[in-house]
Parts: sequence; C-alpha cells; structure tokens
Amino acid sequence: MLVIHCPYCGPRPEPEFAHGGQAHIARPHDPANTTDEELLQFLYLRENPRGLFRERWRHARGCGRFFNAIRDTNTDFFVTTYKVGERPALPGGAQ
Amino acid sequence: MSNLTRRSPRIEAQSWLEPLPAKTRLSFRGGPDAIAAASHGFGVNLSTDACRAASANDRAALWLGPDEYLLLAPESDAAAVRTTLAEALGEIPHSIVDISHRHAAFVVKGPQAEWLLGGGCPLDLDLAAFPVGMCTRTVYMKSEIYLWRTAADAFHIETWRSFTPYVVDHLIDAARECGG
Amino acid sequence: MKARTTAGGRVDRSKKVRFTFDGRAYEGLAGDTLASALLANGVHLTGRSFKYHRPRGIVGSGSEEPNALITVIRDEARKTPNLRATQIEIYDGLIAESQNRWPSLEFDLGAINSLFSPMLPAGFYNKTFMWPRSWWYKVYEPNIRAAAGLGKAPSLPDPDRYAQQFAHCEVLVVGAGPAGLAAALSAANSGARVVLCDEQAEMGGSLLSERNANIDGLSAADWVARTLETLRANPRVRLLARTTAFGYFPHNNIGLVERITDHLESLPAHAPRERLWQVRATEVVLATGGIERPLIFPGNDRPGVLLASAARTYANRYGVRVGERVAVLAGCDAAFEAAVDLSAAGSTIAIIADARPVGSVDGPGFAAAKSAGLRILPSATALAVSGKLRVTGVQLGIVGQDGKVVVGETIACDTIVTSGGFTPSVHLHSQSRGKLAYDDQLGAFVPAATAERTRSAGFSRGVSGLTAALNDGATAGADAAVASGHACTALQFSAQALDVGLAGSPGALPQLAGPIPPAKAFVDFQNDVTTRDLALAQREGFQSIEHIKRYTTTGMATDQGKTSGLNALGIVADASNRRLADVGLTTYRMPYTPVTFGVFAGPARGDQFDPVRRTPSHDWAVARGGVFEDVGNWKRTRYFPVGNEDMHAAVDRECLGVRNSVGMFDASTLGKIEVVGKDAAEFLNRFYVNNWSNLGVNRSRYGILCRDDGFVYDDGVIVRLAEDRFHVTTTTGGAARVFNMMEDYIQTEWRDLSVWITSTSEQWSVVAVQGPKARDVLAKLVTDIDLSAAALPHMGVARGHIAGIPTILMRVSFTGELGFEVNVPAEYGADLWEAIYAAGQEFNITPYGTEAMHVLRAEKGYIIVGQDTDGTLTPDDAGVAWAIGKTKHDFVGKRGMDRAALKAAGRKQLVGLLTEDPKVVLEEGAQVVLAPNQSIPFEMVGHVTSSYYSANLGRSIAMAVVAGGRSKMDQTIYVAMPGGDIPVKVVSTVFYDPQGARLNV
Repeated sequence: MLVIHCPYCGPRPEPEFAHGGQAHIARPHDPANTTDEELLQFLYLRENPRGLFRERWRHARGCGRFFNAIRDTNTDFFVTTYKVGERPALPGGAQ
Repeated sequence: MSNLTRRSPRIEAQSWLEPLPAKTRLSFRGGPDAIAAASHGFGVNLSTDACRAASANDRAALWLGPDEYLLLAPESDAAAVRTTLAEALGEIPHSIVDISHRHAAFVVKGPQAEWLLGGGCPLDLDLAAFPVGMCTRTVYMKSEIYLWRTAADAFHIETWRSFTPYVVDHLIDAARECGG
Repeated sequence: MKARTTAGGRVDRSKKVRFTFDGRAYEGLAGDTLASALLANGVHLTGRSFKYHRPRGIVGSGSEEPNALITVIRDEARKTPNLRATQIEIYDGLIAESQNRWPSLEFDLGAINSLFSPMLPAGFYNKTFMWPRSWWYKVYEPNIRAAAGLGKAPSLPDPDRYAQQFAHCEVLVVGAGPAGLAAALSAANSGARVVLCDEQAEMGGSLLSERNANIDGLSAADWVARTLETLRANPRVRLLARTTAFGYFPHNNIGLVERITDHLESLPAHAPRERLWQVRATEVVLATGGIERPLIFPGNDRPGVLLASAARTYANRYGVRVGERVAVLAGCDAAFEAAVDLSAAGSTIAIIADARPVGSVDGPGFAAAKSAGLRILPSATALAVSGKLRVTGVQLGIVGQDGKVVVGETIACDTIVTSGGFTPSVHLHSQSRGKLAYDDQLGAFVPAATAERTRSAGFSRGVSGLTAALNDGATAGADAAVASGHACTALQFSAQALDVGLAGSPGALPQLAGPIPPAKAFVDFQNDVTTRDLALAQREGFQSIEHIKRYTTTGMATDQGKTSGLNALGIVADASNRRLADVGLTTYRMPYTPVTFGVFAGPARGDQFDPVRRTPSHDWAVARGGVFEDVGNWKRTRYFPVGNEDMHAAVDRECLGVRNSVGMFDASTLGKIEVVGKDAAEFLNRFYVNNWSNLGVNRSRYGILCRDDGFVYDDGVIVRLAEDRFHVTTTTGGAARVFNMMEDYIQTEWRDLSVWITSTSEQWSVVAVQGPKARDVLAKLVTDIDLSAAALPHMGVARGHIAGIPTILMRVSFTGELGFEVNVPAEYGADLWEAIYAAGQEFNITPYGTEAMHVLRAEKGYIIVGQDTDGTLTPDDAGVAWAIGKTKHDFVGKRGMDRAALKAAGRKQLVGLLTEDPKVVLEEGAQVVLAPNQSIPFEMVGHVTSSYYSANLGRSIAMAVVAGGRSKMDQTIYVAMPGGDIPVKVVSTVFYDPQGARLNV
C-alpha cells in the first residue's frame, strides 16, 4: 500500500486513490479537425517507461481531485505530485 | 409532510456507538467567492484549510475538497438554510444539492474509538495526525465514509445509506473483542 | 521427563502440562514448546521427510526449524498443519500429530522411496513424468500428491475470527533480542511512537538462552524483564509478542501476523485467533538476528542431530538435555559455548570435533571449552552416522594437511550438535529492495544499501558480541527516532558475555575421496535436497542459482531455505570454482514464515465479505418471498414468485401483468448525478452525444454517453430541472465510472465551464409504475400534479407530492407502456412503495423484478449498455444513432466515431433474431454464423446479446450483434450450438408495438 501525497490533502493511503493513466494527454482543442494520426496518439498511444513516469491519480475517496505525479516505476517511489495545470521539471531538469 | 417519518438505516446503539437523528445535508460546491458567501449564508465559516470542519449553532460545514463541502444542519432547518444560502449567494456561481437522505450518520466514541476505526480505515488516527476538527472522505473496509473527529475520543461518521449496515456490522464485529 | 535438568530455565517447574503426540500422552512444563517438551521426554523423532520419508528429528529451536512440522488438532474444524514444533506453545490437552508418515512415524511405508532414491534425484518430477501427458494427470500427479505433501488442511469451514488492524508509528523495531530491545528503548525515550514485535512468545531473543551473561550489572533475564517493564509503561510503545513480521511492502508498510489464541488451553469468546497488522512506519529497525547453519555430512539428517545453538537454548531456556552423550561438530566457535553449557546441564560431551585446521582456532569459546576439560579434536570431519530413528554414533575422519581425509575414530553418542556458523536474517531487508554484500570474514551476506527508510542492527547486519549488539541496536533506534523527527540520543550499554565468534564457512564438510559415493548428506532438510542433487544439477548444465534452486527445489517450500540457503550457495560455489559472492542469491520472498489464509481474509467473509446494498423495497420483497440477484453490490429482486411458481412462471406472469394492467418495479439502484451550474447544459452538450440546449425545463431525454473513442459507454434519462440544473441517470453499474469521467472532463479538460456535479444515487428512491393502468394508480396518490397526457406527456416531468411525499415524477418508460418513474427522497422510499402497492390493488398491480424488466425492455428493443453493447459498439452499431445531436460541432466520441473503420460496411450491428421454432430460446453469448454445418474453423459473424421467452408474444425473442446485420433483414442465418446450428431470421429489434402506440396515451 503506497503513500501518495495528494496536493490538497497531504500524504494519504493508496486505497483512497484511483490511478488515471499517463498524464498530460490533452484532449485536442478541436477534435473535428484532428488527423487520424493525431487521434491515434490521443486515444491509444501511451508510454510505459522503466523509470520516471508522469501519471494521473484521482483522490477519489478523498477530496475527489485529479492530480499528476512523477513516479519511478522501478521503485514505486514518487518524486513529486502536482496539481492540474502545473508541470514541474524531472530531477535533472528535463521537462 | 409533517406526518412523514424518515426511515433511516437501522443502527443499534452501543455503549460506543450513537446513531444520529435525521439531518439536513447539502452538498455545496463553488469557488472562493461562493465559499465566502456561503459562510455568511450558512452562519458557519467554511474552512479554506483542507480537511477541516467548522461548526456553530448545531450546524457544521465539512471541507471535502477545495470546492466541495458537506453542510449539516438540523432536519427542521432545511427550508431556512436553503433560503439564507440562496440570499447570500445570489448570482455567484455555485451548486447546492440536497443530499439529506443520501447518508446515515452515527458517532463512534469512547477510549476504543480510534482502535475500532483503525480496524478498517488506513488513515493515521493518532490525535497528532488527525486532530479534533479534522474531517475527510476516506475508506473503512470496502466502503467510503465521511470521517470527522469531534472530540479526542469521538468521531462523527457518515456513510451512503446502503453502505451503513456493512460499516456498522464490521465495527460491531471488531468491538466484540473490546467487550463492546 | 527424563531429560529435564533439575533447575534453571524459564519453564515453570510447578506447572505440569499434559499433551499427546501421535496419540501417546506426555507431560511438559508451562513455558515449554512442543519441541522442548518432547525432547524433555527423550523424543527426537517428529516427522518423515518430504521426498524420501526419512525419519527426522528436531533440528532448531525457533522459526528456522525445517523438520519438525506438526499438525495441532483442537477440534474437527481446527486442525492446523505445518506448525513448527519449536514454535508451538503447549497447553493442557494439546493434541499434536506428526505428518507425512503411514502407518506410523516409527514404521513408514513411504520410506521405501529411500531404496529407490537413485530414481528420485534432482528434477525427478520433470524427468520422469513428462510423458504421456494423460498419465501425468491421472496417475502420477495424484500419487505424488498422496505420497508427498506436508500435512492436510482441515475440510470444515474455519470457525475462528481473524482481525485486522492498521497501525502507524514513527519507529518499528522487528525483533526483540538484545539489539531490538536496545533500539526500542532508545527510540521510545524520544517520545516517538514505537512498535516492537517479535515472533516468539517471550521477548528477549538470544538473551533468553544466556546462562551467565550480564548487562549493566543485571543478569540477562533480569535486564530483559526490566527493559520490557520500561517499554510497557510507555503509552507511545506497543509491544507485540507472538507476532511475525512476514512481509516488507513499499513505502515502509510492514505486514505482521499476531497469534492471539493458538497457545491458549480454552479459547476466549470474542478474541480473534490472529490479527493482521498493517504497520506504516516512518522508520524501521530490523533487529532480526541470525540463524545457525548445520554442518553438512553424510547422515546429518538423522534424529538426534541438532543445531548447537538450539541445543544450548533447550538446556539454558527450557532446562532440557537434548542428549546424554553428545558429540559436538564445530565449524564455528558457537559450538564451544554450546558444549560448555550442555556439559553444565549434565550431558556428557563425548568429543568436540572441530572441522577447522589445527592451530586456526582460538578465542573465548575455545578457551572456555578447554578450561571445562572438554576434548577438542581439530581438523576433523564426519564421515557417517549410525542409528536410524536416533543417532547411535558418528564416524569421524581427519583432514590431513594435504587435504586428504583419512578415517578416524568412531564416537558413540546419542546426539550430535553442529554449528556451521550463523547467517544474518536479512529477509526483510532484502524484501525492502535493500542490497546485500558478502562478508568474507563472517562467511555470510549482510545488508548493504537500503532502498526504504530502514536500517539493520545487531547480528542481522553481522555485528556480534553482546555489548556491540546492544549498542548497535541503541544507535539504530536513536537514528530512526531522529530521522522520524524526534530528538534522541542512543543509550549506552555494557555487558559481560562469552561473545564467541559466529563466523563459519558455508558448504559441506570434506569427505573421503574414493569409488564409493558417500551416503546422503542433506543440504535442505525440508525439501530432501542433498549435496549430490546440487552436483547433479550443475553437471546437467544449470549455472544460475535461480535455476539450481528450481531444479533441485533447494530453499523452497515453507522453510524458504532458512538453514540451507547459504550452504547451498557454498556447495555450488565450490563445485563451480566460483567465489560464493559471485554465485549470487535467490530472491527473498514473503512470507517469512507461512501465514494463514484466514488472517488475510480477516473479517471480510460471509455476509461481510462485500458491502450488501439494499433498496428501500428490500424488506417488503423479503417478506413476499422475493428472489434476489446480485447486481454489483446491490441486492435486486429478480422476481416475486407466487405460490409454487418457478422463475419462468413468475416472470411470464409479471410480464403479462405489466402489459395487461400495471406493474411496479424498484428502480432505486439507477445511478443519479445532479449537474448544476450556468454551464450545465453546455457541459452535457459536450459530454453526451445528444443536444441538451433545446431541452425544456421539466422535460427529459434519453441520453447516450460515449468515450472519446466513439464507443457507447453508458446511457440514461436526463431531466432538466431548471435552466442550470439537470438530473442525470446512469446505469446501475455505471454510476461511479460516469461520475468519475464527468469529474475528469470538468477538472482537466473544460476548466472554463462553471459546472459542478453531485451524486444523488442514494438521495432518491425510484419506483417505476408501468402499464396501461399506471396513470390510474398514481391518480389515487397525487393531489398537486396533473397526470393528463396533455400536461404530462411522454418524457414530461412534474414536481409535487405523491402520498404526501415530495416527488420528482418522470413520465418515462423502459417497458414501452404508459409509464412513470416516481422519485422520492430515499428515506420515504419504503412508504412510497407500500402506498403504490396499496393504491394498485384495485388494478391488480404486479410487483415485478429485474428478470421481467429485462424481458419487457427486450420486447421493445431497448438496449442494456454492457449487455447488448460491449465497449466496441458505436451508437450507430447499437441502433441508437438517432440520439446524436447532428448539429453539434463536438462532443465526447464524435471524432472517434468518425473514423473510417467505425463507419465501414460490415460492422457488427444490433438486430433482432427470431428462431424458426418459437419455443427455442437461444443462449446469450452463442455465436452467430451465416451458413449451417460449416467445418471448423468457421467464420463467426456475431453473437447473441439478449434472449428471452416473451409471454406477451407467445414466443422466444433475441437480440444479437451481427456483421452487417441491418442489411440482412428477413434473411435466415444460424446460431451455432453444440446440439446443431439453429436457424434464425434477422428482424428488427422492436418485437412489440413497433408504432409505439401504447407509449403515447
């Protein structure tokens, strides 16, 4: 059972959270004018890195907020969590 | 309407378990302006600190999320609360939804309260980590609950009505070991 | 109790305890384990081995015991197999039985396996039983299972309770030996919350086995007592004895099992048998000590061969002599200390045969043995053991300076104790993803880098010597407290003890070189793995220790190689000319010792396994004999049988009752979401496929929700309660996921919208009143609502009161009849149900359940999302494309369903099917084919999604998804079934009242 830092509520136990897949997959602003290739990217193509991963969580059984996290998939340790609309750099400075 | 009786989920009182009477419950959601106005209209200062409840004159406002509160008031206050909130909020964007019947509520109290809840709730309920006045949605076993510490040894708990027997029965089961 | 010493130890000599082992009565003392009590009675033989059924005795004194696996029987339902005799606390009336023997422990027919042992080498399962496959299932496997195996599970349901508890602390200390106690004492001084757990009944660890040690001027026993008193008096400290830390989970979440009643003579009424603790610790101190390794030589598994430290524990802690004439085989200085203490307990030490070369041994243990006058033979090895059910002697050999072994003297003895050195218990450190490093001096792996916020202390990280272990623990405890944010300084301790070295050389003892292979020398007692098996595995090409482990089974089963792991590595290293450190380690897996299924299940069993959600009509339905089905966590009434009706009869009657007069149905489980805000309509426009802007207040519309990929996700009726307020209904099962999806789009995609949502699923109770007489029934109950078709047309909504209860009255139909759904606040739901039932009596109102609901909606071709759709159907595939708001530029799924593949011809489309034989009801899920009698593999073009017998139509009906289905109207296709292909005609999904005349009245 992981401890996840909700950006609103602080550290809380994993059973309160729902995982939400890869972060920063924005819905196209004008879906009608996207190409099939762009749609493919939006709907289906996801990273599955070994290492640092930006992913979404929802504090579903807490404050209800969606937020993002950087988690190391090797260790299950979180680097940080952050609110929707933010995008802190990875350790080392990469975006 | 006066002859109507609300049939709340049955909760058998125990030395450590106190069923609470029917209540007026409103789900209030809105931005900072609405929160300020609602404080005025409800007569309780809605906390802008996360996971904190505020109460005054039999009314309480529980912070559930940055734009979400559970407002509790006596059953008889239902109309009055709606009116004063509407007046105070005016055109400020917000949402108020009556959820009076969505929940059942009870208090788990006494020296074993923390222990009993710790049988199914993974939060740290030590007084330092979960002080009096703290409130949150969380889980107890497989049910969602609303947990509000009203005293060092008392927790106000709300559950969705169909989950009440499940939560209460697990608590009663756990309490048998404590002689409850 | 012939082998009991006259005084000393921690047993209560005034309290006799009677128990039976294999039906024979014995007497022990309060404080005994089953192992110490049996040894006190001179019983070593406690089991038969897994593979060869060799007689086996007690080897250890704690959880490392590989041999003495015992079944304890309390009653018919309480038979616990595979308990280690060394951990079973005896109580008056305890019934214990040995395992894996027939007909008796002394004479076991299975031991014939030993004669065939050349046929049972490493990998024998893999080699012998591969072919033919049918023989494996029918013959080999059942026989192997009967012959092998470790104990039997009870066949009755477990009558015990099991509890679970979440716990939080700043410092968790695992192990209450010297290092653990010192760590807990130090950390507790800081005011931090401390949890200290230990698997034994008594805390104190190795200190409980000390004879002469002193700490700060107190005897070891007194120091333990005083320390526990101090800890117990601290309200921030929790002491958990009989509690095993079995698993180290991420983020310092440690699983403990506390055994609460197994040691009690009578079971307290309300105590759980065990408790699962899920401890979240800010910092962890692992003070888990170490495990002694046996020496490996031919016959080393005979009853009467024990670990030296175990023999010492039996003498000092339990007042039991493991033998009268003891040969000591030393590969480690601890053997000297054991020899001295056993001698003090009254055993004769026949010899101390030291495997190490002449002149290489020195130190306090050696000196103590010398001064006790014990005979020490250096450069010795053991070549053979005599005796079968109990040791009678040992044949020694002498290793010359050239490394050659010559036969030495034969020592008569009834017991052999051996010490091959100690292995730090790094299991939990390793489970926490900590790294290990090989310590050449110690001859074992010790913790290196940690991954979690954890630290090892005392011998678990190779620190030996009592003062050093205490102070190492104190430092670790203080460090942990400081790291958790509490000021703390480490306590300082000073101890006097023999402090023998604990180092050794993992591997086997040297043997005679020669043509005759020696008798079996066991590496892993529990899995019957010998040195030869390891050699064979390497000869057959296995290099990786992970492969060797699986091929030979060394280090597997309940024991997980506690005594054998490092020795196996030593042998493999030796045989492959590698350094032990280079051989690598197998992964340490949880649990540390076996954990019951019961404690994992905890209180979540029977009726309390899952939440059981009941609707307001539940009690009424129970009283009427309603039959329920589970829909998610909900109990829904499936049908209401009258008299002796079976389901078919009841459902037929219910379906006819609705269409002929009126029926009532509890629809309270539908998901409900109130969408509020000035942009509520805009939000729904973007979210659902339909257009909502043009929906008037107090009007409703059937909505379809897709995901962005264009596939149908949910559906339901949506009511506009006000310009800025909508009441959205979802499917019963979809309530939570639709709510989540709405929050997702509101919070992350459309943050410009002023809209909020609130779940009202349980705020409203819903009774559907359906049928031509529905209006007449409700007319009796409403005073302030005009029910006329003009005032309340189909999909109209009225607000007022019914039976005095405030209501949102929706004119909607999931049956195709004149219908209403009456919403009232949930706590009035039961009253409403009864009021409608009473009002409906003059119309012979029929309460109906989910089964009739399904049939009625299928007669009208109304889909159920998740049954008629499966996540791969677009609204057009499902025949509901009419719901799409054609003028909208965007909504969730619009672009997705606009993809070429989702508009292509030949997609699976929902159609109706009619069987040629009206009595044949198709099976849901059956495959649809275009032509009959095809040979396998044939092309499947779809499947049946809904199928029922319709009493109203007097025939069966079905819906199916069929490739290009709508272009096949009136064609005959087939449903493939094992009994033959069933011809069906493709028809419209609307079987009943296609004009909808019954709806608009």
